[in-house]
Amino acid sequence: MDFFQTIIALLESTIRLSVPLIFAALAGLYTERAGVFDIGLEGKMLGAAFAAGAVAAVTGSVFIGLLAAILISVLLSLVHGYASITQRGSQIVSGVAINFIVFGSTVILGEAWFRQGGRTPALSGDARFQTWDLPFADAVKDVPFIGPIYANLLSGHFLLTYLAFALVPISWWVLYRTRFGLRLRAVGENPGAVDTAGISVIWLRYRAVICCGILCGFAGAYLSLAMNAGFVKGMTAGKGYIALAALIFAKWRPVNIMLACLLFGFLDALAIRLQGNPLPLIGQVPVQLMQALPYILTVILLAGFIGKAIPPKAGGIPYVKER
Amino acid sequence: MSNPYAKLPNWAEYGLIPLVNLVVAFLVAGLVVLLVGENPLNAAYHMVNGAFGRGEYIGFTLYYATTFIFTGLSVAVAFHAGLFNIGSEGQAYIGGIGVALACLWLDRTMPWFVVFPLAIIGSAAFGAMWAFLPGWLQAKRGSHIVITTIMFNFIASSLMVYLLTRVMKPLGSMATQTRTFEAGGQLPKLDWLLSIFGLNIGNAPFNVSFLLALLAAFGVWVLIWRTRFGYELRTMGHSPSAARYAGISETRITIIVMMISGGLAGMMALNPIMGEQFRMQLDFVQGAGFVGIAVALMGRSHPAGIIPAAILFGMLYQGGAEIAFEMPAISRDMIVIIQGLVILFAGALENMFRPAISRAFASFGQRSAAVQTKGA
Repeated sequence: MDFFQTIIALLESTIRLSVPLIFAALAGLYTERAGVFDIGLEGKMLGAAFAAGAVAAVTGSVFIGLLAAILISVLLSLVHGYASITQRGSQIVSGVAINFIVFGSTVILGEAWFRQGGRTPALSGDARFQTWDLPFADAVKDVPFIGPIYANLLSGHFLLTYLAFALVPISWWVLYRTRFGLRLRAVGENPGAVDTAGISVIWLRYRAVICCGILCGFAGAYLSLAMNAGFVKGMTAGKGYIALAALIFAKWRPVNIMLACLLFGFLDALAIRLQGNPLPLIGQVPVQLMQALPYILTVILLAGFIGKAIPPKAGGIPYVKER
Repeated sequence: MSNPYAKLPNWAEYGLIPLVNLVVAFLVAGLVVLLVGENPLNAAYHMVNGAFGRGEYIGFTLYYATTFIFTGLSVAVAFHAGLFNIGSEGQAYIGGIGVALACLWLDRTMPWFVVFPLAIIGSAAFGAMWAFLPGWLQAKRGSHIVITTIMFNFIASSLMVYLLTRVMKPLGSMATQTRTFEAGGQLPKLDWLLSIFGLNIGNAPFNVSFLLALLAAFGVWVLIWRTRFGYELRTMGHSPSAARYAGISETRITIIVMMISGGLAGMMALNPIMGEQFRMQLDFVQGAGFVGIAVALMGRSHPAGIIPAAILFGMLYQGGAEIAFEMPAISRDMIVIIQGLVILFAGALENMFRPAISRAFASFGQRSAAVQTKGA
């Protein structure tokens, strides 16, 4: 039973750690499927986390904080959109720039406004997301096997956690079953054809970029309003890049994204749990190896040794109308 | 892809446009300073004074510039071949192993001028090795170089934490660093160079690797504009299909260019490890690889542009420390914002002001043409 408890605890923290990855990777899915590469996921998440932490601390309302996160993240997305769609600049360069600008700004503004070494004040009560218990969680708690799974693993998460998992099928439906989704995928594969059909490539790509901003806003708000009680300097700590890796690992497909994020979340949870504890049969695994594993796996996948990851064909190329 | 913009005279292309982009980046940075409640002009004064006010400050500025020349060249070489190497950070980090091995091996028995060449070879070899795999994967398996180099940065960081906590650390020590090198692992300072101008170097770690950086800049210029290989790599950068048609092997160019780029990034490790700290510490690169992106973009990937751009960023790093000292509300992270803004305006938005400038030139050109016809 002890082993079972450990597994439940491990899976529970897997879910907790993979939520921001799911939001961010789905965010990347929308822009990259529309042909706009985005390595600024990290920066948008960080900016959103800061906005959420700062605004929730000042107003005392978690939902105003969430709105602020989405607003900032969408604004940053529009900067990326302006540079890469309207100005036809390099999408990679623009993403890199946004990551730096946001990292520096959150530290400087956080320190100037709150004077807590780059943190925002600790949140409590209404300023923070509370966990939700699913119905009957208490009642079934003592049922063997199913009880702990339902009560400890599936119940007792944040609203945003359930939203993240709900967004997986929703994104699938939007991308594969709506007109908008069809056009969005087409603009990432062959923008010329979309343009010929009389649909604005520019406006479609902007909409995709805005979707990305909204989802990154959720990812950031989850970090500072749900998982932690406030913003901490550089709190994304590379999660945006892991999400990017998950997006590629999932070959730009919604359901695969969820699985990839759960896998990377699991590796993270395992690394935390294994710190100092030797693994049976294998012995002591260096923590650093566990931390590097998502990146190593992505490189191996990209190299085409586990299937082949084929990016959207027009990804990274600004669209120039024929004259 | 068609070029939608008219050609400008060279001085405008390589002087005016980068300058306008830089000014806009600084104006936006000034807004951030205002937002924090400080005076941007004061901040600018403290920055320039902190970077050039004394011989020691100039020494520090040039010390940082040395680092950025290496990483800027690294990014620029790859740019010329149409490759975006975001991995200079990781390649520089791994390059440190080469420097540390040479120093740990010989620092007690040999003078610095014997250790230095070996450390150069070591750093370049380790940096090149770390860039080889992404290059090979791009050339042979078509994996996107940007993504693989990002991943390799993280892998390098984990690897170095592992090495410095378990392997390269002296027994019984808690600090995550190698032992301190003796005389053979310490580069001499360039105090004589500053004293020619009547400046006193003070405590600044400005050292001979600066000369190596200048040499590398010259070497990159020769490589790109004066050799057959350079011609081939520029052809590939301009038009991969033209290169293929001309019988240039993309595989060969991609792999070699990435290794040169990685080697230049790796040599950056010489400056902090042998020039300042005399040991290899955790995180000694401190984002210099990413600064290299800004430097390469600002310097338009030309060594003659990269050196002033690197000195500008050296000024930001050294002067930024001074601002942080004088104005507690502005920490050194201000530099990161400026760096990001420079990358945004000089890189992604480089064409934003071009139409206006082109138009100004066109109307000016017409007017002078009209004057000429009237005169005739």
